[in-house]
Amino acid sequence: MDIFDTFFNVPVLIRTFPLLMSGLWITLQIGVASIIAGLALGLLLALVRLYAAPWLQVIAKIYINFMRSIPLLVLLIIIYYALPFVGIRLSPFMSAVSALSLVSAAYTAEIFRAGIEAIPKGQFEASAALGLGYRNTMVDVILPQAIRIVIPPLTNNCINVMKDTALASVVAMPDLLKQATQAQALAANPSPLIGAAIIYVAFLWPLVAAVSKLERSYAKADH
Amino acid sequence: MEGYISIRNLRKQFGNFTALHDVELEIAEGEVVCVIGPSGSGKSTLIRCINLLEPFQPESTITVGGTKVEAGRNLEKVRADVGMVFQSFNLFPHLTVLRNVMLAPMRVRGLSVPDAEKRARDLLTRVGIGEQADKYPGKLSGGQQQRVAIARALAMDPKVMLFDEPTSALDPEMVGEVLDVMKSLAGTGVTMVVVTHEMGFARQVADRVIFMDGGRVVEIGTPTQIFDTPQEQRTRDFLGAVLNH
Ligand SMILES: Nc1ncnc2c1ncn2[C@@H]1O[C@H](COP(=O)(O)OP(=O)(O)O)[C@@H](O)[C@H]1O
Ligand SMILES: [Mg+2]
Repeated sequence: MDIFDTFFNVPVLIRTFPLLMSGLWITLQIGVASIIAGLALGLLLALVRLYAAPWLQVIAKIYINFMRSIPLLVLLIIIYYALPFVGIRLSPFMSAVSALSLVSAAYTAEIFRAGIEAIPKGQFEASAALGLGYRNTMVDVILPQAIRIVIPPLTNNCINVMKDTALASVVAMPDLLKQATQAQALAANPSPLIGAAIIYVAFLWPLVAAVSKLERSYAKADH
Repeated sequence: MEGYISIRNLRKQFGNFTALHDVELEIAEGEVVCVIGPSGSGKSTLIRCINLLEPFQPESTITVGGTKVEAGRNLEKVRADVGMVFQSFNLFPHLTVLRNVMLAPMRVRGLSVPDAEKRARDLLTRVGIGEQADKYPGKLSGGQQQRVAIARALAMDPKVMLFDEPTSALDPEMVGEVLDVMKSLAGTGVTMVVVTHEMGFARQVADRVIFMDGGRVVEIGTPTQIFDTPQEQRTRDFLGAVLNH
């Protein structure tokens, strides 16, 4: 019973539930904004990395490797605490979304690149031979086929972005984790933290399950 | 005399390796030309230069219907007028057979959906697969897929059709149905350049046969000249080897 009162204290959970929900809402906003920005920037980066002038390809490659090497927490703290020294002042929300999407774009770009490179050369040649321009070749022929290949790794990346939103609490963003720690302090009881953990897992479990299912069905279809 | 397809001084390098040595070739409008020769002799490379799937040396010139084949604005026009059929079909697997045929006329020629669909259905009927229009390419046999690929190229109403060993990836029992479609195309005014190992087809359908070896055009002539009275020893050796199989 002691354990229950400490970690699953129902009155505390009920009292702090609205706080956790407001935190979840912020977490979702950060996550979805970062995922969308990361996807758009990532697709652009992948196309630059594959097809732009050589010097631009090099820049894209440096960007991608840099963003995959830097710890996200370090990037976030630099954006929030260091950039103001050069006059760039972003809100906690914008700092979190910037850091998350800059890094997510790098991973997304590599996923898109692998997806496009997995399309047989003959598809590009058939498109070219028909007189299709670059844009139509990509939009009508290559990307629809690449999407199927990239959906499982992209979903994995979305899961990672969603989890990493918790880092926003260090720049004073009232996200799910931050609200839970505050609620814990107020109630002098850790149940809100457990509640937050359950909410994270409940949200991401279906995505994780969906990825496994997709990967299994793709593996089957390819045999 | 300048042909509809005019190839002057065509040289193609892959790094230090010269795949085509100074090829000169004039092909008349409506002519059917078959290209034969051993594997690695440069047959594919030659026809892939005609629509610039392979870039070639700048001192070479190819013109198609008077338009220079070069990167830039001309290229779209050349490619719209030059259809190509590949050994491996290269159909778009995510689109139905019908959509495969409709795509380029809509995107490149600006046809409306109903117009493109009507043309696609007509062509699919003409190549004998009207019934399969709504299936995905993966559900069709190799011979059917290659006939779709021919219809897809014809949907652009091309002046020239390039074929790169269109029957080499097919099971033997399906070779005939594809060759029949190609035969019916010959003599319709479309200029055809066909890389093939089907000597019977070349003899029966070609206006001229080109024998290539080592990146050079060794001999050009009518089917009778090439098959019955070849002038070059290399041509005789090659024909001796393939016809005795
Ligand atoms: N992309 C390439 N890179 C390097 N060498 C190539 C390439 N494509 C073709 N070749 C070489 O060019 C020569 C001619 O090839 P190809 O035109 O495909 O011959 P064919 O179609 O007559 O069999 C061959 O020796 C081949 O190895
Ligand atoms: Mg070849």
